[in-house]
Amino acid sequence: MDKAAAPLGIKTSPPPDLHGPRDVAPRRYKVLRRKFVVIMALVAIVPLIAMGAINYLEFQAALSREVQSPLRALLYKTKNTIELYLAERASKVSFIAQAYGFEDLADETTLRRIFKVLSSTSEGFVDLGLIGDDGVQVSYTGPYALQGVDYSNEAWFQLVQVKGIYISDVFMGFRRFPHIVIAVRRLGDDGRFWIVRTTLDTSQFDKIIAAMGLESDSDAFLLNKKGVLQTNSRYYGDVLKQAPFTLPPQSYEINLVDTTDPAGRDVYMAYTYFSDVNLVLMAVKSRVGALQTWSAVRGDFILIFVVGTILIFLVANRLTKGLVQHLKESDERREFAFREVEHNQRLSSIGRLAAGLAHEVNNPLAIINEQAGLLKDLLNRQADGPEKERYSRLADSILAAVKRCRDITHNMLGFARRMELAIEFLSINEVLAETLSFLRKEAESRDVEIILDLDPNLSTIPSDRGQLQQVFLNILNNALAAVSDKGRIQISSKDSGQNVLVSIEDNGCGMPKETLEHIFEPFFTTKKGRGTGLGLSITYGIVKRLGGDIDVRSTPGQGTTFTVLLPKQGKLEERS
Amino acid sequence: MDRSPWKVLLVDDEQQFVSTLAERLELRGIAARVAYNGDQALEAVEIDTPNIIVLDVIMPGMKGLEVLRHVKAKHPEVQVILLTGQGATRDGIEGMRLGAFDYMIKPLDIEALVEKMEEAYNVALQARNME
Repeated sequence: MDKAAAPLGIKTSPPPDLHGPRDVAPRRYKVLRRKFVVIMALVAIVPLIAMGAINYLEFQAALSREVQSPLRALLYKTKNTIELYLAERASKVSFIAQAYGFEDLADETTLRRIFKVLSSTSEGFVDLGLIGDDGVQVSYTGPYALQGVDYSNEAWFQLVQVKGIYISDVFMGFRRFPHIVIAVRRLGDDGRFWIVRTTLDTSQFDKIIAAMGLESDSDAFLLNKKGVLQTNSRYYGDVLKQAPFTLPPQSYEINLVDTTDPAGRDVYMAYTYFSDVNLVLMAVKSRVGALQTWSAVRGDFILIFVVGTILIFLVANRLTKGLVQHLKESDERREFAFREVEHNQRLSSIGRLAAGLAHEVNNPLAIINEQAGLLKDLLNRQADGPEKERYSRLADSILAAVKRCRDITHNMLGFARRMELAIEFLSINEVLAETLSFLRKEAESRDVEIILDLDPNLSTIPSDRGQLQQVFLNILNNALAAVSDKGRIQISSKDSGQNVLVSIEDNGCGMPKETLEHIFEPFFTTKKGRGTGLGLSITYGIVKRLGGDIDVRSTPGQGTTFTVLLPKQGKLEERS
Repeated sequence: MDRSPWKVLLVDDEQQFVSTLAERLELRGIAARVAYNGDQALEAVEIDTPNIIVLDVIMPGMKGLEVLRHVKAKHPEVQVILLTGQGATRDGIEGMRLGAFDYMIKPLDIEALVEKMEEAYNVALQARNME
């Protein structure tokens, strides 16, 4: 007899790590899923954030530059204009001082004539005067009565003696009108000096600043180095008011700082100090206005980011859900497969043990059987007597016990019938007929009608003859056990496309639903004490191994139909 | 008791089993020779061809099915009843395909065996008449 081999190539028990988790905890998948989502989301969102941040900063910087550079250019131009304006005025005054002598200028008529020419060629001159070295106004032409005013104690009078030329801050002076003084000292040939002094109307500064064409949210003004406004400002007060902020550090370049003005607005403050004059030119532009574009873009950025993040999470979640579900299912399938393999292995080893045991026991049992039989045979030939009857009874009880043992070993062997697959091309009809031949005698003796309805055109299929016989034998045995005497069993075979279909129908006692649910389970039996409960579980296992399927329908009292489905392609590749 | 005309050969490696079985058949008027392995069996068949062989399937040395094949090849009219210790359907079926008359499972019911022999003898007679 063939050695009962391990099923389907699994010769040794699988390594323990292949078993995977015994209990597939749903928590494990939750954790896995969360991890997946977080990792996927991180991988996607971190670059998004980084890109967003870089974009944000770059864009802001670019935008700032775009706002700042016109401001710088404008400021630079205006500074130049003012410097030019002052330099031109100063050079004219210098020219007058150089071109005319003291006596010429002291003459009011000459002075007036000069002033007339001066103011006709240059705007802004208010008056012109000559001051002697004692600080007293020698001659004057202009709208004010300043003849004889003594300037000797004025700070500018001291400064002009040292520097040669002096340009003042804006101040009210005696005139109660914002003005600026340009004074030029002239040294005479005799060592005496005199000073030509003119006053400029600072509205010229206002004009220059107005010419900057500033937007409504911007402001530009002149300050002196003490922070006193030299021109009117839109937001920070009128001329000669103290500006409401501290001056930025001194720089003759054009500097730009981000700051907050006293009203709390975020502003760009561009400024530059004048080198020759005690002046600071300053322009202030609201950052809110400048960055309005930016705010809109930032809104878009945030929208894209939020929508992107939500999308990433949704997609990650969706993908992970599918993935984890797939994983879970394959885990379950694997788990199920392992359980099945394990079960098969257990059955197979029990089968080997049973077969070995039955074999070992059957031979001595046969000897006992024959010897006791012989004893009985011999006794039968003896003359009757009380002894003969007693011995005969003893022999009978030995024979009865042997019969019981035989039934047990036969059951064990029935359960051990699990062998290697030996695939060959078979005619199912032939196999059915062969199998039936084992049972025909019993069927005849019980007057059970066996109807064959076999499709003669059935194609041969690759399968295992012995295993199939086992399958049909088991089902037919059950059918025979189910039907009463004079019952009927119908065996039919037919082609069903991919499969060959064999159905075995009886009109026996049938099974209730509860039994039907368990019939393929090992050790389940309704034949208490007689069956091992392995027949149908083995049958099921064999059919599955052959790549087929088995189906059973039963109605209590009306009969049972077993349908075996065998693939035409077979399972040749599964030979171990 | 009438002496049966059957010539029976019992083949099994279990000597006690076959000799006792032979004795019991003898008591039933059936002449039975015994062989303890396949070679002896084939030898015995050559010396005096039996009508019926009762053949154990599982034996050391030459297996029962092999003996069956040899016998059937030379003497197709001889009817062989297989005995299997393990009741393996597979061997039984294989034996049937090779031309065995039937198979029985050990331990034997002697009356059933005699019955089976009777059927086998009738078949053997028919087979011989057909020749």
